[in-house]
Amino acid sequence: MNRKYITIDGIPAPIEGEKNVLDIIRKVGIDMPTFCYYSDLSVYGACRMCVVEDKHGDVFTSCSTPPRSGMELRTNTPRLQQYRKMILELMLADHCRDCTTCEKNNKCKLQEFASRFGLREVRFENLRSGDVRDHSSRSIVRDKNKCILCGDCVRMCSEIQNVGAIDFSYRGSKMEVIPAFDMPIAETNCVNCGQCSAVCPTGAIVVKDDTRQVWKDLNDEHVVMIAQIAPAVRVALGDEFGLPPGSNVMGKIVTALKRMGFDEVYDTATGADLTVVEEAKEFLSRFETGEKLPLFTSCCPAWFKYAENNHPDMLDNLSSCKSPMQMFGSVLKENIRQSGQKKKGTKVKVVAIMPCTAKKYEAAREEFRFGEDQTIDYCITTQELASMIRESGIRFSTILPEAVDMPFGIASGAGIIFGVTGGVTEAVMRYALREESKQYIKAIAFTGVRGFEGVKEAIIPYKEKEIKIAIVSGLANAEKLIQAIRSGDCQYDFVEVMACPGGCICGAGQPFAEHWAKEERADGMYEADRMSNVKISSENPTTDGLYGGLLKGIKAHELLHYK
Amino acid sequence: MSKALSYEKLNEIIANYPVEKPPIVSILQDIQEEYRYLPQEVFPYLSEKLKVSLAKIYGVATFYENFSLTPKGEYIIKICDGTACHVRKSIPILEALRKELGLNQEKHTTDDLGFTVETVSCLGACGLAPVITVNDKVYASMTPEKTVELLNELRKERNHDHQ
Repeated sequence: MNRKYITIDGIPAPIEGEKNVLDIIRKVGIDMPTFCYYSDLSVYGACRMCVVEDKHGDVFTSCSTPPRSGMELRTNTPRLQQYRKMILELMLADHCRDCTTCEKNNKCKLQEFASRFGLREVRFENLRSGDVRDHSSRSIVRDKNKCILCGDCVRMCSEIQNVGAIDFSYRGSKMEVIPAFDMPIAETNCVNCGQCSAVCPTGAIVVKDDTRQVWKDLNDEHVVMIAQIAPAVRVALGDEFGLPPGSNVMGKIVTALKRMGFDEVYDTATGADLTVVEEAKEFLSRFETGEKLPLFTSCCPAWFKYAENNHPDMLDNLSSCKSPMQMFGSVLKENIRQSGQKKKGTKVKVVAIMPCTAKKYEAAREEFRFGEDQTIDYCITTQELASMIRESGIRFSTILPEAVDMPFGIASGAGIIFGVTGGVTEAVMRYALREESKQYIKAIAFTGVRGFEGVKEAIIPYKEKEIKIAIVSGLANAEKLIQAIRSGDCQYDFVEVMACPGGCICGAGQPFAEHWAKEERADGMYEADRMSNVKISSENPTTDGLYGGLLKGIKAHELLHYK
Repeated sequence: MSKALSYEKLNEIIANYPVEKPPIVSILQDIQEEYRYLPQEVFPYLSEKLKVSLAKIYGVATFYENFSLTPKGEYIIKICDGTACHVRKSIPILEALRKELGLNQEKHTTDDLGFTVETVSCLGACGLAPVITVNDKVYASMTPEKTVELLNELRKERNHDHQ
């Protein structure tokens, strides 16, 4: 067979369906630098770092060039080296270079490439000065002085999330990535998903850092600090400490938090078990009567905000359940209030460790207050936790794991898989089918709820009927689905929406990961589920105990629902 | 005076264009034609109607020099500063106009919204250099003196219209 191939630096490389030359170059083991190329986003070709030279001496960007059989390309000629250096130099001339105090220090692509390509001086005058940061958002901080105009955030926000809170404005040397009228980002339709910060190669958009306050309270003897750890955190934090992607480091996190000074540490998956029970009850009652269907999940705060912005008429279709973080926070605080454990003069604060930037915003929402305080006092991301661990000096890779605390120390596997797209659905369906055989419940995993596709469908037989399910991640996918539902093209009973493509394991608060590493995280979640001895949320003795005690009567609705 | 914003008028403009992939530039041009600038209130309305993000429309509006987000004067005077006009002394014309109207590099429009003075890079009428236009009417071979004369006539015309 006559195979099609191109030649890269003298080495033949087959064309195997790649859409552009860049993918082939990377396939043959060359780490081609890029700022503006992400396979999930449209090709932009702006940063010019991935330039190649062909045998005629033509120079072009490999990301935006489709492969043609017979191409002979060089990736590292003196001319290309010179071009790349020049591009970097020009970028640095237009960049705030306070690297040592930058949030992205050591994680910045511009810094990495400047080092990799041996840049030792910038010949041009630096045009950036002053502090122009936008601190208005609870979730992200924007710094125009660090923007290299790669447009990754713009395309992420509009193409994947269908939000479009920021875009290019002005022209030429005055071009900026800003919201309309340069208004503060918090006043726009931004949903706080933070995916812009996840793809930003520099410190132009970073996650808001709330670790200072947490440290302050950890060192205050009058504050009792309780931590809850979201499911997705345990399979991603290890990335920051050189552990294999997807490793479950839950036990180590508990140890690290205890050493840092947390008084009690719990698993948000326990809260998720409450969510499953509440949401499943809500769903089944709607399903019986056929009212307000489909039921949309509501645990993703970015999705919730998106629905408020774009589909206010559909809010009744969103579950009235609080998110697992909020449910668990309410239970923790109510427990202390009722039991009178609290010593006089002390204050109890709940810190949630989340894979998510939107949770910071959710924590501050009015409906989630507990008395005068926020139910969740602080919300920090996986990456912030990593930085706290580093700051504390704890050697994460060598510490021994510990178990979470009682009395809320048990979580079901159903609660844990909340961290991956399709997990909420699987957990709710396990509850719905809890009276069926064990094999039947295991079979839910094979109905199409698992996997990384942006839109998944499943049909689950329930009593005499069928439950029609859709699972979407990425808000642009959610929008398409909603339009199909509105037009009557599709009909569903239950719709799970997660704003971040792939679910919480791919949240913007997580360490940055390539696609394969995200799949490892999903596997890590399902492994934790397999290893847990409780598979169905209602069989969790902790939740069972809560419903028999703390949540008895009307308390359950009051504490676990936002309306 | 500038016209009050009418959503009916906006709907009328939008209705002239296809719903799928609406041409933002053409729509903004029509709106600017109507109001002599792009009032801020137009943007959220357009965003909702066209299903295009606010930031995107703002991006288009700020990309093109021709769009203005601040109200422009009744008479828009454009001084050509292309190469031909420049070498035939367009800058003294610009300076004379600015001095006469109390304008400068940052301030392009008089407080009474009577006159806007801006430069353009070439009007494509180099044989007539230096050229200025007043509300798109071309005046050829201008000098600072002739321009001030013209301005005084325009002022008279304006006063007459407002009486």
